[in-house]
Amino acid sequence: MNFEFTEEQLMIRDAARDFAQRELLPGVIERDEKAIYPTEQVQKLGELGFLGMLVGLDYDGGGMDTISYVLAMEEISKIDSSVSVIMSVNNSLVCWGVEKYGNEEQKQKYLKPMARGEKIGAFLLSEPEAGSDATSQRTTAVDMGDHYLVNGTKNWITSGKSASTYVVIAQTHPELKHRGINALIVEADSEGISVGPHENKMGMRASDTHSVMFNNVKVPKENLLGEEGFGFKFAMKSLEGGRIGIASQALGIASGAYELALKYAQERKAFGKEIINHQAIAFKLADMATEIEAARFFCLKAAWLKDQGKPYGHASAMAKLYAADTAMKVTTEAVQIHGGYGYVKEYHVERLMRDAKLTQIYEGTSEIQKIVISRGLVD
Amino acid sequence: MSVIAFAKNWNGKFKNSSYELVSYTKELANKLNTNLVVLSIGEVSNDELNTLGNYGADKVVTVNDPKLNTLTSRVYAKVISQLADKEGATVVVLSDNNSGKAIAPRVSVQLKAGMVAAVQEIPVSFNPFIVKKRVFSGKAFGHVQIDSEKKVLTIAKNCFGLVENPVDVAIEDFTPEVDASLFKVQVVEEEEQKNKVILSDADVVVSAGRGMRSPENWAPVEELAEVLGAATACSRPVSDEGWRGHEEHVGQTGKVIAPNLYIAAGISGAIQHVAGISRSKCIVAINTDPEAPIFSVADYGIVGDVMEVLPKLTEAIRNSKS
Amino acid sequence: MKILVCISNVPDTTTKVKFKDDHTSFDDSGVQWIINPWDELALTRALELKEDAGNSVNEICVIHVGAASADATLRKALAIGADKAIRIDACAADAYYVAGQIAEYLKENPFDIVFSGIESSDYNGSSVGAMIAEFMDYPGISSVTSVNLDDDDIQLTRAIPGGKQVLKTETPFVAVVQKGITNEPRIPAMRGIMMARKKPLEVKPAAEIEILTKSVKFELPAEKGACKMIEAESAEQLVELLKNEAKVL
Repeated sequence: MNFEFTEEQLMIRDAARDFAQRELLPGVIERDEKAIYPTEQVQKLGELGFLGMLVGLDYDGGGMDTISYVLAMEEISKIDSSVSVIMSVNNSLVCWGVEKYGNEEQKQKYLKPMARGEKIGAFLLSEPEAGSDATSQRTTAVDMGDHYLVNGTKNWITSGKSASTYVVIAQTHPELKHRGINALIVEADSEGISVGPHENKMGMRASDTHSVMFNNVKVPKENLLGEEGFGFKFAMKSLEGGRIGIASQALGIASGAYELALKYAQERKAFGKEIINHQAIAFKLADMATEIEAARFFCLKAAWLKDQGKPYGHASAMAKLYAADTAMKVTTEAVQIHGGYGYVKEYHVERLMRDAKLTQIYEGTSEIQKIVISRGLVD
Repeated sequence: MSVIAFAKNWNGKFKNSSYELVSYTKELANKLNTNLVVLSIGEVSNDELNTLGNYGADKVVTVNDPKLNTLTSRVYAKVISQLADKEGATVVVLSDNNSGKAIAPRVSVQLKAGMVAAVQEIPVSFNPFIVKKRVFSGKAFGHVQIDSEKKVLTIAKNCFGLVENPVDVAIEDFTPEVDASLFKVQVVEEEEQKNKVILSDADVVVSAGRGMRSPENWAPVEELAEVLGAATACSRPVSDEGWRGHEEHVGQTGKVIAPNLYIAAGISGAIQHVAGISRSKCIVAINTDPEAPIFSVADYGIVGDVMEVLPKLTEAIRNSKS
Repeated sequence: MKILVCISNVPDTTTKVKFKDDHTSFDDSGVQWIINPWDELALTRALELKEDAGNSVNEICVIHVGAASADATLRKALAIGADKAIRIDACAADAYYVAGQIAEYLKENPFDIVFSGIESSDYNGSSVGAMIAEFMDYPGISSVTSVNLDDDDIQLTRAIPGGKQVLKTETPFVAVVQKGITNEPRIPAMRGIMMARKKPLEVKPAAEIEILTKSVKFELPAEKGACKMIEAESAEQLVELLKNEAKVL
């Protein structure tokens, strides 16, 4: 078993780290506080190819493996998880699905600009009444012969406003239940689409999260992704990969907080010595380091399975569950280690703690992950 | 066998670096039991050349050609090599400044002389010839042996200091053979920049904190900075209060700097501030509180009122320059 | 026009410096290697010049004198955008040797412009660039803070004490560049990283060049002592110490 990274993987990790230090760190506190969308940062991220890392070279992507993706997501998330969630959604939830299940025309028209980072993609599954219970889709896409007519409301959509390309999950044949759900590519500026106000979130505040309302929106038939009735499966398959992205994000949030706490503990003195030399703090850091290492292995294993073409849904659920819980724990401890300084924005850790919470909720709550995992235990 | 020192002039005037070079090479020549020849290139008055005598230059060779007033490293190197051949010199020394960095390597190749840049002191030994220099950007020292018969050195600023050693100067003219085709670089424009010294590049920084008591009291800080050619900086509370601009804030959440000299006036030395300055070569602290944490990281400390100490320091530096 | 950028392979600047073999050699265990920061700036500027349509720069190559352990660093240079990398397979004994090797390569493979960083962060040599110029009998400019090519018309700025000079010269020439040559070193794009292995990395045997100096041993600096206290009235004493003891004035 080879636990070493390839030269390319390390180069990608270093490029992501340098980018995060140089382009994301300046102003990250202000962007979070004032919920300012990171327009310039996302553009530069796109120019370097991070928004289409996993897309094949023939569709203008980076042609990278999932392990590189985990490494890049971790580095970006250490500094700015608002930017990394935009990156994760674009890569895992939108580009991946279009590349795997889209036809040639769809890939040329929609995949390429997203891979190049010129356009942002959003994934529209959640609804006001359907979060964890995704089978209860109320958004409809009625088959009108030469087009679908879409009506309904989608909730909690990352990049709801900044995206140009939506992948929308909607019900076409309610009598077929979840087998009557379709996945459609919808252009965000289509007539009948309106975007709700920016959600005022606890964390990841700079990423734009909106409700998106569809009022008799016409979607051409050729925008159907995959076959009729494939939509639910499409969504579930996309989320399997999305879990790897979010698990890596949680990993980054945790390791970012840990690194800050480790540094602080080596400098801060109390009772005659640096606090890292007090066992209470040293033990906290040991626990944090151990849990982060475990989370990292979960992410890398799930990534490896995906790259090998093996089933990875079970592994990615474990990764997401563990990494998100680790992020919450580690960031809370990181704030504690910083004492009073941990409670003010200047020292970053309080922001990481607020960011961590969302990783336990979105793209499949920790409870949903447990359902996936437990179902997978029994063949 | 002689030692040649190339003393650069700027618009016909020598600077401390030239005098330090003479002091160093005088000592080097003595240790090698040989003579020192100081070379000057460009139009320099005899009076100015005679000042080199204060530091031990008993023989000064001058190439008093206006065509050579502007540095063209290729040409200067040829002049030095030709003189070295003429004098039978085995060691050529220059200052490690912009011109030294450009000229010395060329002399090294022309004379096939092993070269070591930014040497820190008189050679550690002469047989074998070993010199000491900084490596890893100041984190360590390296001892380098030069095996070739001829040697080229550049000396680091402030490595030796100025050593007065007054002697009479014999001035000799020298006319090198320089082909016109060597002058391939032309100066189109020259600009003097009287910009404020940039903090991150500054060799010397004068920084002040809440101990100054009020933004109105900053004049002594700025005066000291001016006389030192230093950049100004401040601690976080000072920039938070708006007494100084954010670009001056040095510390963990501000700028991290590593100047040669950092003077901290009225700064207590909280770890967040120290994190921004700990790699400074030398730290001087001025504070009324003898228990202030800054003294545990400083090299030199004065317990006193900044409003009194700073002007005294400024005065002392002005006096030392003249 | 072709530009050759000389690359040094150095330890990451946050590395804790250690020595082994009784302080005679650098302990490189666990060291992360990077492109020498000044060379990285030089390479970035060369790429900017190539991307600028206002001149005829069409090829950027990087050259390094060293062992195969430097190949990863050379591939990073390719990932950032260099077209070709050349490694002279030799131990970089000293500046004269390195410059001599590069000069031998240049004699067979001419370039219009050679860039080199003003010093390398490991041995702080600051000599290779100017030595190459002398070996090749090219004009060379040091302390270069900007290089502009307007329709192949070359304009350089070099730093002088208290100001700067704008210079003109003709190809071929060597520019020894320092901070200011460009804003920030380039981060490799994803595609660049994937394409790096497809670009040529030529390994050439070493030429016969003399080695004139050698490293004998290393020394770590002494531990910092306690703070020396000076009387508030004795400012002159402090100035004296700063000048002659600390040597910072």
